[in-house]
Amino acid sequence: MANRWKNTLTETDVTPETVYLNRRQLMGGAAGIGLAGLAGPAMAQEDALEPNEWDDITTYNNFYEFGTGKDDPARNAHALTTDPWSVKIDGMVDNPGEFAFEDIMARMTVEERIYRFRCVEAWSMVVPWNGFELADLLNLAGVQSGAKYVAFETLYRPDEMWGQKYPVLEWPYVEGLRLDEAMHPLTIMATGIYGRDIPNQNGAPLRLVVPWKYGFKSIKSVVRITLTDQEPPTSWNIANGREYGFYSNVNPEVDHPRWSQASERRIGGGLFARKIPTLMFNGYEEEVASLYEGMDLRKFI
Amino acid sequence: MVDSLNTALRRVPAWLLYIVLPLPAFWFLYLGLTGGLGAEPIKALEQELGEFALQLLIVGLAVTPLRRFAGLNLIRFRRAIGLMAFFYVALHLLTWLVLDVQILSQIWADIVKRPYITIGMAGFVLLVPLALTSNNWSVRRLGPRWRKLHKLTYLAVLLGGVHYLMLAKGLQLEPLLYLGVILGLLALRIEPGKLRRRIGRRSAA
Repeated sequence: MANRWKNTLTETDVTPETVYLNRRQLMGGAAGIGLAGLAGPAMAQEDALEPNEWDDITTYNNFYEFGTGKDDPARNAHALTTDPWSVKIDGMVDNPGEFAFEDIMARMTVEERIYRFRCVEAWSMVVPWNGFELADLLNLAGVQSGAKYVAFETLYRPDEMWGQKYPVLEWPYVEGLRLDEAMHPLTIMATGIYGRDIPNQNGAPLRLVVPWKYGFKSIKSVVRITLTDQEPPTSWNIANGREYGFYSNVNPEVDHPRWSQASERRIGGGLFARKIPTLMFNGYEEEVASLYEGMDLRKFI
Repeated sequence: MVDSLNTALRRVPAWLLYIVLPLPAFWFLYLGLTGGLGAEPIKALEQELGEFALQLLIVGLAVTPLRRFAGLNLIRFRRAIGLMAFFYVALHLLTWLVLDVQILSQIWADIVKRPYITIGMAGFVLLVPLALTSNNWSVRRLGPRWRKLHKLTYLAVLLGGVHYLMLAKGLQLEPLLYLGVILGLLALRIEPGKLRRRIGRRSAA
């Protein structure tokens, strides 16, 4: 079942780090000119999918278990113990149980997926993930025919995740997908970035990645996966149902109540980064639009 | 203690604040240009400027209570604090306009459609007449009306605190603390005696 989706990009699309540095210097030099930007071209176009630098991906994170600042996770996530780690798979499956992380990895095929990552806060990155298809893991557990949804849960360990001592959200963080979304070839469990083990601040040792949905759907440091026939509760929906729906598909036509979702800022462009238009389903419309056929996406946010 | 502090402060010229207080703005800009504000410097710069503006507004609001309850006299510096707060609010707004939103049509849409932006803008608009009338000439010219006009500060700072709270995702501690301090400083201005007299007058009428 692995390798059901291939990047259309090749390794040559990965910009070498030196080129990035040169570009940064150029932008620094253009500081004065940047102010004229307001009258200039409205938006830059996305011409190639260039993965963000490792430093951007690993220092700019939303992981409220380690603090609400973007740099808090990078500073605090070292406290998290990820070994030993196991994932409990239960609910409507044939083989429920605790699966040790090593055992999962021994049975999964890890591949590279270069995906756009669009946060609900209107910033985005391109991340070269390493991971395996969630479908493979679910098939390992044996999904029963009545199951319709998949519920996910993040580790709850306030001693190591100090943010859990504050009621910013209800802990533990929970997320959910419809079964067909979970089984989709684009949906992966990521265990690495740039071929290295995924850092704690990015959701070690394994996290969900659903590239056509807003980032908060891609739950980190997963310890439990439950197959169910009921739509499971999800953390941001519990916190504010008007702003965060169960589906939370990237959709430039439906604004967040507090800001526009029509455009986004790609991280890494410095102080004078132009905005780029947000793509329907984050650019994966061809692959996933059929999942939502006949649904009013203004209603099912 | 307070007396010696007051004596020492008397030797500090107020104009010094106009030199010292703009420095953080240059520092933030430098950090933003050199990667010191993280992977996404635009929002970070916006937030730094906004937060510093709010801090200055709070210091300005604390001047009177500090004199009344602690005997510390900072009244000579209040104009500079207020003007510098306005300077930072304006920079915060400018960053939002030029670097953050960028798109002219969206700027107006955001101001009308997004309540936290509407409230932030209202706070800024309230500060404009205060900054314009902060000179000696206006103080003389307006006479007792000047004091009345400048009570708008109370509302402006309150709007700033609410603006900060509303833009936070989830229940976050920092904006709550700011709003708490602002409400506390405003509460200190309520004079029970005056209030009682006023209520008494109203019920007598």
